[in-house]
Amino acid sequence: MSAKTQFHADSNVTTADTDRRAFVRRALGGYKTTRAKTETAYASWEHARDAASAIKYEGINHLDAMLEQFEQQFTARGGKVFWASNSQQARDYILGLARDRGVKSIVKSKAMTSEEIHLNDALEHEGYAVIESDLGEFIQQLKHEAPYHFVFPCMHLKRDEISALFEKELGSAKTDSPEELTMIARRWLRRHYIEADMGISGGNFIIAETGMISITENEGNARLTCAHPRIHVALVGIEKVLPRLADLALFLPMLGTAGTGQNMTCYNSMYGGPRQPSEQDGPEEFHVVLLDNHRTRLLADPEQRDALHCIRCGACLNVCPIFKNIGGHAYGTTYQGPIGSVITPHFRGLQDWKHLSGASSLCGACTEACPVKIDIHHHLLHNRRNAMKEKPALLEKLMWKAFSWFMNQPRLYAFATRFTPWALALHPLVKATPLDPVQSWTKTRDFPDAPTKTFRQLWKERVR
Amino acid sequence: MNGDREAILGRVREALRVPAPRHHEKPAPAPGSIATAPFREWLPVVGPTHEDRLASFMRLSESLRTEFVNCPTIELAGAHLAKLASDHGWERLATHAGDLTDVLAEHVRPREVLRIESDYDKNALEACDAGLTECECLVAQTGSVCVTTRSSGGRALSVLPPHHVVIASRAQLLPDLTAAYELLAQKYGASGYPSFMGFINGPSRTGDIERILVLGAHGPKKLTVLLVP
Repeated sequence: MSAKTQFHADSNVTTADTDRRAFVRRALGGYKTTRAKTETAYASWEHARDAASAIKYEGINHLDAMLEQFEQQFTARGGKVFWASNSQQARDYILGLARDRGVKSIVKSKAMTSEEIHLNDALEHEGYAVIESDLGEFIQQLKHEAPYHFVFPCMHLKRDEISALFEKELGSAKTDSPEELTMIARRWLRRHYIEADMGISGGNFIIAETGMISITENEGNARLTCAHPRIHVALVGIEKVLPRLADLALFLPMLGTAGTGQNMTCYNSMYGGPRQPSEQDGPEEFHVVLLDNHRTRLLADPEQRDALHCIRCGACLNVCPIFKNIGGHAYGTTYQGPIGSVITPHFRGLQDWKHLSGASSLCGACTEACPVKIDIHHHLLHNRRNAMKEKPALLEKLMWKAFSWFMNQPRLYAFATRFTPWALALHPLVKATPLDPVQSWTKTRDFPDAPTKTFRQLWKERVR
Repeated sequence: MNGDREAILGRVREALRVPAPRHHEKPAPAPGSIATAPFREWLPVVGPTHEDRLASFMRLSESLRTEFVNCPTIELAGAHLAKLASDHGWERLATHAGDLTDVLAEHVRPREVLRIESDYDKNALEACDAGLTECECLVAQTGSVCVTTRSSGGRALSVLPPHHVVIASRAQLLPDLTAAYELLAQKYGASGYPSFMGFINGPSRTGDIERILVLGAHGPKKLTVLLVP
């Protein structure tokens, strides 16, 4: 089944689940109010967005120099950088490390890049146990399901479903308290932070100036993942660069505010190398895998290059009417929602993924919510245009040709429109059936009531 | 072996040959600024006096569920720590060597005190009820505690025990994040940064289940900040 057919089939199922839709919408309603309140604490949220956009522009448009500077600084501190052009190279490197260093168990904090390259499958296939430590990811891992939202992985699940999952997989007692469920996971995971010999993380920012990886999280699981395991691997997309360390003074609060409505996320940690000589703990080795995986393809499109400014806060998903109705899984992508619909066609092929750019009301809520001012909804239009330019739809072209010819025939037009009130009056008989010429609209939507007179008739009858 | 370095850099350079449209002015930071663009004035503003900072830090601590105690003397901070220890039934406390921590840790005796030094036993740390650390600074703008491996006994001490107690002195309360980065740059910029630096905002939390806030996800369930003169 093509990605498009799958998308239509899945979104038909998910939109029919009105109960789940209401549940997701309620959860995101809370986000909207807290974020709005937090934004008011800024002297000017709008100016802060401008500054953030300008800084990401500097980083992305000097990406070669930034990455080289990062590598030089990071290596000088005893870190190791591996450059991966694609998923295969990244997986092979991490697998090779695990093999060479005799790794037995692996603990992971949240990393969408690892979803992107299907790292867990590869590691598990080779016999390594990989424990997801972020609560949402842990739940999704037990459920053998991809994240629903790249910031809130299990936001679609209700507490009784999670309780049932824990009962089945962990043998815990039934409970309807989110707190008790969290404590079950806490107890389960705690030993792993101490016993694992490899910790794998993602990274929110790459700091070029000082050679650091910055990780933002609420739970503390990433900090624990980077504390005791003797090897730390951070798998990070090359677009995550910020030129200077102090730029985080802007980005850390903005990421928290846009992502979850917090004034700042609970833990914001900067890691610059493995354990240093005078330090009490920390990994012996710290590897950063810089992942391209078609990001350079997006970089090569100057019109949409700013889509690489994305800091993956998830704000555009939280406000998107499409996301709220079809849900995260229907997209069939690693990165869901509006930003995912913009970037996926670049990463995985325009013709196969262009349908996502059609799944938009073009309301612009995503663009407005974006902390780094990516012109998301226009990029959806750019994708539609580019797809059509690359592979014109002949039938559609022909129809437009016929339409424009017809519109240029005043007499024919006048004659034809006389029948429209009749046609519209008869429409209810075939409405939403295969005989209906506008079935794709009326299947799920109302059609306006038929006017009784044409515009020309009204014009003639007007009072002079 | 560093992988496909040249190929990736080649693709990046090729891609950047066509410039992207700029939707904003080219950033021009003030001379001496350590950031790429000016932004300090757009963030939440904290007043100029110590009292302003204190008020902001206290307000944010409350919303972050940090227990903040402004102690008139270090002895009173010690007394507060002793009270926490007995109220919560601590049996073991972990800490690191430091001017403030050394004084404070004495107040929890005769309970066992684990000193985090090179090659400490991580299982012993896991068995501790609380971790007592110093910090680099406190940030009034965000209610953050800034810790580093250097100031706070490594990476795990401030995150593994279920209760994290921070002791800080009045001069460490800084107005905003930019000031915190200035401090870090001044302290470590030339000689080398610690391998871990972090901002902590309240006790560990999650909203992963039904977006309902739960404290103590994996890190500390409680965070106490003791401020002394």
